[in-house]
Amino acid sequence: MALSGLEVYKLLPKTNCKECGFPTCLAFAMKLAAKQVELDTCPYVSPEAKEALSAAAAPPIRLIKLGTGAREFQVGNETVLFRHEKTFFNKPALALRIKDTEPAGAAAARIDAVNAYSVERVGFQMTFGAIAIVNASGDAATFAGAIRAARAKTDLPFVLMAADADVLKAGLAADAGQKPLLYAATSDNWEAMAAVAKGSGAPLAVRSKDGLDELADLTKKLGDAGIADLVLDPGSRDLGTSLMQLTQLRRLALKKNFRPLGFPIIAFPCEVADTEDEEIVAAAQYIAKYAGIVVVDHFDPAVAYPLLTLRLNIYTDPQKPISVEPGLREFNSPTAASPLLVTTNFSLTYFSVAGELDGCGMPAWLLICDAEGLSVLTAWAAGKFDADTIAKGVKSSGIADRLAHKKITLPGHVSVLSGELEEALPGWEIQVGPREAVDIPAYLKTWK
Amino acid sequence: MPAVEIPKEKWTGTIREVTLGATAPQGGTRSRAVTVGGETTLPFLHFEGAMPHAPVIGVEVQNAFPADWSPVLQDVWGDALRDPASWARKAEELGADVIMLRLRATDADGNKATPAHAAATVKAVLSATGLPLIVRGPGQAEADNELLVAVAEAAPGERLALGLCEDKNYRTIVAAALAHGQLVIASTPIDVNLAKQLNILISDMRMPLDRVLMDPTTGALGYGLEYTYSVMERLRLAALTGDGMTQQPMICFVGEESWRQKESRTAKGVPAQWGDIAKRGIAWETVTATALLESGADMVVLRHPHVIGVIRGTINRLMAH
Repeated sequence: MALSGLEVYKLLPKTNCKECGFPTCLAFAMKLAAKQVELDTCPYVSPEAKEALSAAAAPPIRLIKLGTGAREFQVGNETVLFRHEKTFFNKPALALRIKDTEPAGAAAARIDAVNAYSVERVGFQMTFGAIAIVNASGDAATFAGAIRAARAKTDLPFVLMAADADVLKAGLAADAGQKPLLYAATSDNWEAMAAVAKGSGAPLAVRSKDGLDELADLTKKLGDAGIADLVLDPGSRDLGTSLMQLTQLRRLALKKNFRPLGFPIIAFPCEVADTEDEEIVAAAQYIAKYAGIVVVDHFDPAVAYPLLTLRLNIYTDPQKPISVEPGLREFNSPTAASPLLVTTNFSLTYFSVAGELDGCGMPAWLLICDAEGLSVLTAWAAGKFDADTIAKGVKSSGIADRLAHKKITLPGHVSVLSGELEEALPGWEIQVGPREAVDIPAYLKTWK
Repeated sequence: MPAVEIPKEKWTGTIREVTLGATAPQGGTRSRAVTVGGETTLPFLHFEGAMPHAPVIGVEVQNAFPADWSPVLQDVWGDALRDPASWARKAEELGADVIMLRLRATDADGNKATPAHAAATVKAVLSATGLPLIVRGPGQAEADNELLVAVAEAAPGERLALGLCEDKNYRTIVAAALAHGQLVIASTPIDVNLAKQLNILISDMRMPLDRVLMDPTTGALGYGLEYTYSVMERLRLAALTGDGMTQQPMICFVGEESWRQKESRTAKGVPAQWGDIAKRGIAWETVTATALLESGADMVVLRHPHVIGVIRGTINRLMAH
């Protein structure tokens, strides 16, 4: 159970040495209880206190790692129900499901497409996280063959899905040492599944056919059998019930510190949905609401890109807007006669503008002002992007010495700054550019 | 097998019920009225509280041809975009609960919208469909006031929702709505306190709060969605814990924001990893709508006909329990 600030305080040295950066040990304890600082920040904490505090700090949702090497991913370790309370930490993995009955060529093509897929957004490369291989044939050799064929194509972690423990064992042998997720132990087969998982290093998924009571009962039995790394499938294949179940699981883990259900969740939009549209909706729901692995049947870049973007959005730390370094950037080898544009250091703003400047092929200078990581309009409204900020950016960049003209283009949304900027930058001509980045190429064509 | 005790929150607040549109017995001409709000728990958590009204789908219609719309939308709607009345009729056929008429400042030929023309368009749309109507101005204070006053007068007692009321420009619109039996939409830029404050200001003008919808400002997927998502969760949590000035139903302009972005407009010169433009645009609107419904939207205003069906199915499935 999480400790209160006062309980934490009792375990600290109480010397108020300030070396942690806080005025008193009590202030530090409060931050620690709120999980806003690390215990290591205190240089004098005793080993006993460290042990007591780290036991209390054991994550209410166990961290589970799948796969090996560069494409290993981890899920779990979440600490809040709502992202504004702190942040969501470990992004759910999207997994494409293939069946061992699919024609080998078709399966290989789908695996190739997912394996190669990587799309960039605001400086992040976004990819799928796993391949789920399901034993639809009922045959162990076919299953193992499909797994080996898939492994020849990709380093992505696998989710191996079979109802029969012997089949799953054959599958695990075909993917030895790769730490796949084994799916799934149920009330019918949990002892045999535990025997397969034991000692393999591979985590085991647990599927309930009858709600959370059965799920908790199964995880306790598996824990007693020595299986510590579990992933939960609460069983519902109905969009609404599933939302409630996943919310209940998150609350039980975080608010009740209920250990039997303190594990990450695997969700199946592919089974919740009858159509690809419904699959998109279900995947979006699971990304926002509490799944760790999201299994889909369809792969299409036009859908993968929005779903991965949603994941990026939801898992962005609300306390730290994604920003880029302020300063001067050059596009397409600008000269002293090239235009100078100005924008803020919010990464989405920067990448939108940079994408257009890069793409249009016309030389330009771009001055990125330090607006504390806010977009143009937001920064302007908050007083972080005003004439002084821009003038300061112009002066510190030394751009004036590199230009033969004295013209600067403002984003259209802040045309209202023109007057003040004329005063802050005497001798400069203030021009107003387009409101949206997409219109920059057209603007540059007519720029004088 | 011991039973797991499901944690339930004891919420003390209730979202206000707001009814758009008035039928003949209620003093209007709508074939049905639409009520939103009334929740006593977070979205779709039926095990914990009530969600007496399903979230509703608004469909956007404009008073002039939207030449700036994504080619994907222009293709799918076709000639309906050239006449607001037939556009609204089509939207009703596609399953809209509410029509949102957006008044543009100028038409495709550059003619400025006049109050008389705005009033006539509202009347035409009202006679073309039996659905309740939202009317939004162009988003410039002067034009909004001029046009929306005329609109409020032209359809007395219809319980139109007029917007957007912002902190710098709400008095005229609220006064017109008060005088003619209409509703208002209070819009603030992704901020809990500003949203509260504007509700207070509008309430201070003696506008009953059961005639106020709240627009928290929609950020589309990839363009600030996470800010909107979290501010809506915070507003809803505040409302459920008893803060009376955050208990307005929320409306999100999902279609407008989703289809404004490069991802849903640009087919050429974008990375191959973006995939097909039409499918991508539809997914962009679908994902934005889904995320915002699950963070507390009582009404999503959509643009693409296909998305209307997908979101209708989603709402039905989330309400079934």
